Amino acid sequence: MANIALRVLEQALKLVLVLIAVTFLAFALVEASPIDPVAAYVGSEAADHMDPAQLERLREYFDVGTPFLERYANWLSGIVRGDMGVSLIYKEPVIDVILAKIGPSLGLMLTAWLFSGVLGFVLGVIAGVYRDSPADKIIKGYSLLMASVPTFWFAMLLLIVFSVWLGLFPIGLSVPVGVSASEVTLADRLYHLALPAITLSVLGVASIALSTREKTVDILEQDYVLFAKARGDKLGKIVRQHVLRNISIPAITLQFASFSEIIGGSILVEQVFSYPGMGQAVVSAGLQGDAPLLLGITVVIAVMVFVGNALADVAYGIIDPRMRRVSHG
Amino acid sequence: MASSANATARPVLQAVKPRRFNQRKKALILLIVSAAIIVAVFAVGTALTDQAIKTSFGSQNIPPCPAHPFGTDWMGRDMFARTFKGLSISIVIGLLASLISTAIALVLGFLTASVGKWLDAVVNFLVNTMMGLPHLLLLVLICVALGKGAFGVLVAVAITHWPSMTRLIRGEVLQLKNENYVLISRKLGHNPIKVAVKHMLPHILPLVIVSFVLLFPHAILHEASVTFLGFGLTPEQPGIGVVLSESLKYITMGMWWLAVLPGASLLIIVVLFDRIGDGLKKLIDPHNAQG
Repeated sequence: MANIALRVLEQALKLVLVLIAVTFLAFALVEASPIDPVAAYVGSEAADHMDPAQLERLREYFDVGTPFLERYANWLSGIVRGDMGVSLIYKEPVIDVILAKIGPSLGLMLTAWLFSGVLGFVLGVIAGVYRDSPADKIIKGYSLLMASVPTFWFAMLLLIVFSVWLGLFPIGLSVPVGVSASEVTLADRLYHLALPAITLSVLGVASIALSTREKTVDILEQDYVLFAKARGDKLGKIVRQHVLRNISIPAITLQFASFSEIIGGSILVEQVFSYPGMGQAVVSAGLQGDAPLLLGITVVIAVMVFVGNALADVAYGIIDPRMRRVSHG
Repeated sequence: MASSANATARPVLQAVKPRRFNQRKKALILLIVSAAIIVAVFAVGTALTDQAIKTSFGSQNIPPCPAHPFGTDWMGRDMFARTFKGLSISIVIGLLASLISTAIALVLGFLTASVGKWLDAVVNFLVNTMMGLPHLLLLVLICVALGKGAFGVLVAVAITHWPSMTRLIRGEVLQLKNENYVLISRKLGHNPIKVAVKHMLPHILPLVIVSFVLLFPHAILHEASVTFLGFGLTPEQPGIGVVLSESLKYITMGMWWLAVLPGASLLIIVVLFDRIGDGLKKLIDPHNAQG
């Protein structure tokens, strides 16, 4: 028991160390960039006409001239206290910008995550159980093709077909234009969320379907399945009793570990649908030299990936009865 | 042993259906055709460099027609030329990035397998750190650090694609290390670099070539995505990401051809590289050819 607690602690420590290293990497990369925070804040033309004393005060505010490691330490301790600095393009605290953007983004990502997971799993099982049937060939071909499709192009295709030609979905934004925030209904939000979420789900199905299919095929070749067949068990019973139990664990682990891919995809999809989430904010922050916002969102995303990986580990322990028995014994 | 005896005995027991092309021949033909298409696309794209940026305000916004198979954009530029030029840029960047990634993976693969556990731990930590962010975001951050542009995106794509190949090479080297001919060569006093080049590299090379080709699709797609977001190639270099991000404003006005055909061409190139990689894998590693 103590042994396992120690292992869990070690694992947790490792994950936290990686998280710190990620923040360091991100900070170093943004620091290395030729972005001048003062110029980004006031605009490069305005900077030329500004009062030198005021410029000096701004420089001090943005820590220009402080050694790199000291600045990293300052920044990190600020983040731990919930202070991520002030966004240069929104002119408000980074934390407020993120809080405003994280809702729509999480809605989009979780919907896509859930749909792609469930759909991919079901398709993978069907393909694996009916191996080499037409259904398998279609599912496999579809998944292999989707693995090569550029995400942003696919989003544009859906935009053209469903929004421009058929007029079924809005062109962009997460809420209707010209309606005050309090009047936006849940239905409005879902309506605007639908197409981006469909894009991410349809693409995300590929990897989970392919891996589930492979696992299903593996399980069906096991001796215990052969024995079950010899015993006269029906296919449905074999799938329920042997296949699903064995493949659900790796599938769930994979799905939790795929947070990172879904986030990457949502950055592109938000851009295409002008969906005002974190993905779009991080892109404008990067393009316009808003270092505090860029770093702030990067940290939030790193934490999300971290939580996904940690959940993958935890889920493994909870779902797998063998792991449970070990931890009790 | 038993399985190979079985395999040779098979024709006696059950007649094998004669097929015109076996798996290997099919793979080879597919590979040559795919490679030829890619070379042709590159050649056409390079030849069309001038047309790709030539504006012509007499022929704006034309849907696909025989004179302009991919239509023209809002500045009268021929989308066929722009698409092929964009693809040829993508191919060059993909090639450079894959070469650099492969070189990094080779060096790190050999080093992590031979220097010692500490280096392995360091590289592992580095990989975990890199995977702590979505790949796309990491690319964006590197591009920001290097000040955007072609150089930034090339470096970003080149230095982020080595982890899986490094792990693959490391595994192979670890196995080879205990082969008798390697052990003997070391006992004879050959220096480690000579052993690596003469006795290990020839075994690993096929694997490296396959992984190198299979890196292409990833590199090309990542370059296009980063460019699409605005961190990669600049509008003067009509990469496929530039073409598609410019068209984003116009597709809501119904100019579907600005996005559909360039993107589909990119998809075809990516699939072709995938096919080449799979074909090579079948030719080089017959064990997996049936899978």
